Amino acid sequence: MNNKEFSIIVGGAAGQGSRKAGLIIAKLFNELGYNIFIHEDYQSLIKGGHNFSKIMVSDKEVLCERDKVEFLLALDKNTIVQHESRLTSDGKIVFNKDKIDFDKGIGVAAETITKEAGGIPIMSNTALIGALAKIIGVDFSVLSNVLEKEIKKELEKNKDVAKRAYDSVESLMKVEATGKNPKPLLTGNEAIALGAVSAGLEKYIAYPMTPATSVLHYLADHKEELNVATIQMEDEISVVNMAIGSAYAGKRTMVGTSGGGFALMTEAISLSAMSETPLVIINSQRTGPATGVPTYSGQSDLLFTLASGHGDFTRFIIAPSDVNEAFIWSNKIMNLAWKYQTPAILLVDKELSENTFPFDETLINSVKKEEGLMFDGNGEYSRYKNAENGISPMAFPGEIRDTVKSTSYEHDEKGITVEDALSIILMQEKRLRKFKEMEKEVDNLKAVKTYGKGSKVIICWGSNKGVSREVGEKLGMKVVQPIILQPFPTKQMQKALEGAEEIILVESNATAQMEHVLNSYGIKVDRKILKYDGRPFTLEELESKIKE
Amino acid sequence: MNELETKCPNTWCPGCGNFGILMAIKQTIDELIKRGTPKEKIVLVSDIGCNSKIVDYINVNSFYSLHGRPITTAEGIKLANSDLRVIVFTGDGGTFNEGSSHFIHAARRNANINVFLHNNRLFALTTGQFTAVSPKGLKGKSTPEGNVEEPFNLPELAMAAKASFIARGYSVKVDHLKKMMLEAINHEGFSFLEILQPCPSFFDTAKDYNERTYEAINPEIDSKEKALGFIREWNYNGEGKIPLGVFYKTERLHYEEEINKGTEDNKVDIKKCLATHL
Repeated sequence: MNNKEFSIIVGGAAGQGSRKAGLIIAKLFNELGYNIFIHEDYQSLIKGGHNFSKIMVSDKEVLCERDKVEFLLALDKNTIVQHESRLTSDGKIVFNKDKIDFDKGIGVAAETITKEAGGIPIMSNTALIGALAKIIGVDFSVLSNVLEKEIKKELEKNKDVAKRAYDSVESLMKVEATGKNPKPLLTGNEAIALGAVSAGLEKYIAYPMTPATSVLHYLADHKEELNVATIQMEDEISVVNMAIGSAYAGKRTMVGTSGGGFALMTEAISLSAMSETPLVIINSQRTGPATGVPTYSGQSDLLFTLASGHGDFTRFIIAPSDVNEAFIWSNKIMNLAWKYQTPAILLVDKELSENTFPFDETLINSVKKEEGLMFDGNGEYSRYKNAENGISPMAFPGEIRDTVKSTSYEHDEKGITVEDALSIILMQEKRLRKFKEMEKEVDNLKAVKTYGKGSKVIICWGSNKGVSREVGEKLGMKVVQPIILQPFPTKQMQKALEGAEEIILVESNATAQMEHVLNSYGIKVDRKILKYDGRPFTLEELESKIKE
Repeated sequence: MNELETKCPNTWCPGCGNFGILMAIKQTIDELIKRGTPKEKIVLVSDIGCNSKIVDYINVNSFYSLHGRPITTAEGIKLANSDLRVIVFTGDGGTFNEGSSHFIHAARRNANINVFLHNNRLFALTTGQFTAVSPKGLKGKSTPEGNVEEPFNLPELAMAAKASFIARGYSVKVDHLKKMMLEAINHEGFSFLEILQPCPSFFDTAKDYNERTYEAINPEIDSKEKALGFIREWNYNGEGKIPLGVFYKTERLHYEEEINKGTEDNKVDIKKCLATHL
């Protein structure tokens, strides 16, 4: 067994605590300085079914899920049935032998141990963690430290359960500390929340919808440190219109949802564009259409998002791929929305939103809140002043003596309704000039990222970057990742694709939506690898598909 | 009054009930300013429809929102800046057809905003179709044989939705209406003021209202039972008297002060938050 890289599955029925166990195992390796990637797989139910966390651990960067499994921690029999075939030849199954009748692997008397320690049945997951720590040769003190940070209820009993299980099995190997410091482990949604806070977020408004909901939970749970008011409204329509009201009155506000809720919000995206009120929406994609598959991932909202809202206008659409990008671009999109007084959509998916990655803490020093253009107090205020670059200075009601009039109607410079042809043209052209400025802004940002070299190129976007990068590195291919998707970074894409002989598009939808976008900018794709089962590409899977 | 005028030409029909409402709100704003509310602390929010043009005619901060949505926009404005006095102008179609859920939820959570409902009991700007408060049998372009739906009793609906202030005025009785507006604005919490308004072009109820409305006074202003007694005198369909006045008023904590609790000090510590992720 290569003891520098493992993948570990911990699985069970919903309610058995497999997710928490996965995080504790990840933190155990994090303590030892390893890189972590956790993929969460769960169903749309509360109890029963099959949930699992897959923890990838490596002393090198690990950016995606692997097929192979070195350790399978089974809280129920179904976990063994589902995943045994993925086990490597020297892989180990660690299971609750009080509950599961199974003759291979390492049985842990999890329930007996839990009872002896005076615990409750859910602590069986702690028993499996304790056993794993011993099997991989990690000192109990390391596990004990992690438990102290992670367990809020019945810590002593959990430690007792872990220790008894630890002592009940033999060590099979010795995982050494790497000497590197642990990094904060964040989900994509947590990084998005922190990025927005770094750009001055004060209000977060949402209606619960997987996979965006954890942004709301996270900000609510961390009110003390992050100081954001969290608001749950009656539907996504009220969410987005409330956000527009809040931004009009001067507060940085963000909302989050998934495809169906985003569809309800589109009316107000158009309002944001017309009234020139800043608006940031997180659209975390699930498998669509309609209700689709709520707890699984996809990239099938791309074209809808690009054209979201009625009328002629440009929005910012930004698709980060991992927690570091999520943090940076969540900050940036807030700043851009306020700079250009425009709707802006952070387009992510379940894989980014809910997977866990190590976060580069130094990034927090590289971001700040950038103020939008404010009225300087000279002359009489006009909300829609016909500025040369189309960007009219903002003012918030109550903060100046003059009147601040915003509107969904076509309007004059003061914000009064107009219907005559000349006024319509004047204001539409003011906005068109602003859209040009937005295009220039994108030209000046690093809107396209490239990795590696080669005439064979993988184009990917969003969460598929991780797996594409790892496969690209392995096969000597270049990877091109557009991050800003509107205004589209045409020049940067063309430059990134110079000398490309074969372009392979990797996308998680059924109709190659990014191909439509690329084609409209004159970029032809030679091959496309599409996946639309709600699951991410694994390393082995994408590699073999590219080699086909 | 001059500082409240805009240069926008008024496009309401001659005899429109909105003129009375415009006069009452301008007098109300004057009164608020006289009593010490700075003009810039007032924000008007409107729906889409004849009623909503009112924000173009008053030189005060405004957000001309989407059809059905002004209550939610107003909630956002109040959430962001609780110093602002936020007044929503909306119609029966916008609020009780398109945006009915926003009304009941804002009332229930006691958002500290004022909803002034211009009730002409049909869609006028779209040239005369029934709304959720049109009388059963109303003939319009979409119901040439008569509307078959039962109307809502709006104050009764507001009561069921836990509104903390419920009143009714009439656009022709400007002085009384101004009094209602002032009382509504001075109420801390969600206030609902229904304003009966004839539509001379599609549903001219002026004669009917002049005969049937009367100024009622609820002697026990926080009694729901007493309030409902007045409210149920008129069912939006048949005969009987139509009471005007403040039907119900009660005090309870309002939404914005509760939801913003703990976030007023502007202190942000991302590093401290990250420490919980190690």
